[in-house]
Amino acid sequence: MENFKLKVFRYDPETDAEPRYEEFTVTYREGMTVLEALLSVLEKQDSSLAFRYSCREAICGSCAMYISGAYVLACRVQVKDALEGDTVTVSPLPHMKVVKDLVVDMSKFWENYERVKPWIINDGPAPERERRQSPADRAKYNKEIDCILCGGCFAACPSGANNEEYLGAHALVWANRFFVDSRDTAKKERLELTATEYGVFRCHTVFNCVEACPKHINQTEAIQNLKKAAMAYRLGLTKY
Amino acid sequence: MQLNHQVVIVGGGLAGLRAAIAAHDSGVSDVVIISQLPPVRSHSVAAAGGINGSLANHPNSKDDNWEKHMFDTVKGSDFLADQDAAEVMAKEAVPRIIEMEHWGCPFSRNDDGTIAQRPFGGAGYPRTCYASDKTGHALLHTMYQQTRKRGIKVLQEYVVLELVVRDGRAIGLVALNFLTGELITVKAQAILFATGGAGKIYAHSTNNLLNTGLGIALAYHAGVPIKDMEFIQFHPTGLWGTNILMTEGCRGEGGYLVNNLGERFMVKYAPKAMELGPRDIVARSIQTEINEGRGFNQGGPGGGYVHLDLRHLGEAKIDERLPEVREICLNFAGLDPVTTPIPVQPSQHYTMGGIDCNVNGETKVTGFYAAGECACVSVHGANRLGGNSLLDTIVFGKLAGDRMAAFVAGGSGPANADAALAEALTNIKHQITALQNGAGTEDGPSLRVELQQTMFHHIGVFRDETLMTDGLAKVRRLRERYKQVKVRHTGKVYNMDLLQQLELKGMIDVAEAIAAGALARKESRGSHARRDFTERDDVNFLRHTIASYTPAGVKLDYSPVAITRFQPEARKY
Repeated sequence: MENFKLKVFRYDPETDAEPRYEEFTVTYREGMTVLEALLSVLEKQDSSLAFRYSCREAICGSCAMYISGAYVLACRVQVKDALEGDTVTVSPLPHMKVVKDLVVDMSKFWENYERVKPWIINDGPAPERERRQSPADRAKYNKEIDCILCGGCFAACPSGANNEEYLGAHALVWANRFFVDSRDTAKKERLELTATEYGVFRCHTVFNCVEACPKHINQTEAIQNLKKAAMAYRLGLTKY
Repeated sequence: MQLNHQVVIVGGGLAGLRAAIAAHDSGVSDVVIISQLPPVRSHSVAAAGGINGSLANHPNSKDDNWEKHMFDTVKGSDFLADQDAAEVMAKEAVPRIIEMEHWGCPFSRNDDGTIAQRPFGGAGYPRTCYASDKTGHALLHTMYQQTRKRGIKVLQEYVVLELVVRDGRAIGLVALNFLTGELITVKAQAILFATGGAGKIYAHSTNNLLNTGLGIALAYHAGVPIKDMEFIQFHPTGLWGTNILMTEGCRGEGGYLVNNLGERFMVKYAPKAMELGPRDIVARSIQTEINEGRGFNQGGPGGGYVHLDLRHLGEAKIDERLPEVREICLNFAGLDPVTTPIPVQPSQHYTMGGIDCNVNGETKVTGFYAAGECACVSVHGANRLGGNSLLDTIVFGKLAGDRMAAFVAGGSGPANADAALAEALTNIKHQITALQNGAGTEDGPSLRVELQQTMFHHIGVFRDETLMTDGLAKVRRLRERYKQVKVRHTGKVYNMDLLQQLELKGMIDVAEAIAAGALARKESRGSHARRDFTERDDVNFLRHTIASYTPAGVKLDYSPVAITRFQPEARKY
């Protein structure tokens, strides 16, 4: 393969009434990622193209997009794996307002993250040294902390698609991360924040988040854990 | 639009966030963070291996203490670090790391529940605290969470384009709202830059694609001197091809470096420390193996490499301690380190130099502070130890934030700021118009690639007079050619073309400071290795290089190194 087609969603609020797709022919190189293809278009063909990126190693979370039918990080997916025929199709994450081209307005995503109080709460006096935590307790949130807040799960979720009050899998993963942390003392408050109509009970276990997650987090399991804990608490089986 | 704030932090990485928290906790109610990225996307997130502090948690580190940490840092720096500053960092390490734990940082744990520590290069003890191989990610998310807890205001996706200084006093900034294209001015009583390193001035860098050193360039252009810029760290183990970092933790956990003869070649270069020599020495050892024909892919495209072999660690240990390394290898190189050695080559990694400041972040310009990789305190001197950069951010971020709070408590805002900010705004608008009306006979992205290749090959792992003279001349020609660059896209919203070409100007000027400083330093020290001056020369060059911007080009001066506890000695590992 010498060349391939990169079909890119385009919308410039300053000039376009409607969005459209535009095709670019890009020179292929073995190992080329979709991010590299986008950068090549920006620098060699069309300097008006807009997309987010930074680390190019799947740790910063900037470049989540909808590429050839999958929610992925543009920096990690290789062109050869995203080809449909001779074409790679790149669209912005859905369900958020497009700012320009592949850049979407993620303000609700960040707001929802903050709604779950994503920080440790421990009202006890701070000890002189570290709060001890066994490797087994540390392992309880080992996957959740891999979240890079890329927005893939938030965009992929049908429960959130037409209901932006739904916290979203990302926020609930962080809520569960602190809920299961042996150092955190706000168990009851965390359930009050998340065991609501717009929290865990809005999750209909579609598992789109799990499929979209570039870090292999099982968000649905984290959400189910909060649901179970909330039920046990309301039935009086658990006290906090 | 003009904003007006007491304390303005530029940069949302670890140093900037820590400074914002310090200023807030010291009672400043009006702190704002201006960040090009949402803070959790900052390059701190990519730091992998760990953060140093003499917690003495490891069975082999029971008699570790801050003084030993300080000595390792100073020796690692090839004695160019200011020892008073290294002392502050080593002493502050333990309380700052404990504080991060109290703030929820998910450190890996020992069986007794204490923070786990691993061996790292150039360190006498296992002193590097870690969260598997995602320590930067763990620390950055934790720090960001603490800013959310405090409700500190963040202006994200704003790019600062000018630091405005009048009569030796910082008065504000001109910034671009990247999402709308609106240019704004920000009046401030105190400003901190925590804008990161300048890795993308080099080809073959482990850095993220946005680390262009813009903050260093803005300070430099505004008349703040930059220090020791010629000291560029080459990490021994960048993944061949993409140069993604393969953390020093790989060797800390017992990984081998092997040449094409199957030899653990470090025995020739650092017989005691082996793979855990300091980065400058290990990087040069790898480059020497490649240069002398004992690498793989000799002369092939992408350059030679050696093998980083983790196979003997076994799958369980790799998955527990180095899961991200395995994930990156699988996704970006199509290989599994459990069964296959990793191809690695020295890659630009860290900017030891930076904005000249003291332990409290203070610079020559009143009201202007710096912390983190964009700053040079200096604690890393001529070669930074692995695990000391994350530490640098949280120690000196806090101290700078504390000092800024004291500064704004004692005074009012700068006088006559409005007129000066309006003038600066007009200048930036003219600069942008000029770029959009440029001749366009030169292509910005091509110039950037030329600059990166020039710096990597001429001011690289090994240096000499001829190479560097040629390199400096090339950089200066690029500066002339830059005048013909055109910004082709004239839209306001998310104009990446405009940002890239604005950054390029700063990259070229900072590159000139690196090249000129390197050429003038006629010795070998730490990462600055000259074939024509192979020895360290303490008589003439135990001093900091101070580079100042002039419209005609860089002007070099020198300043003394603070030596308190440890006299320079030969560096053997």
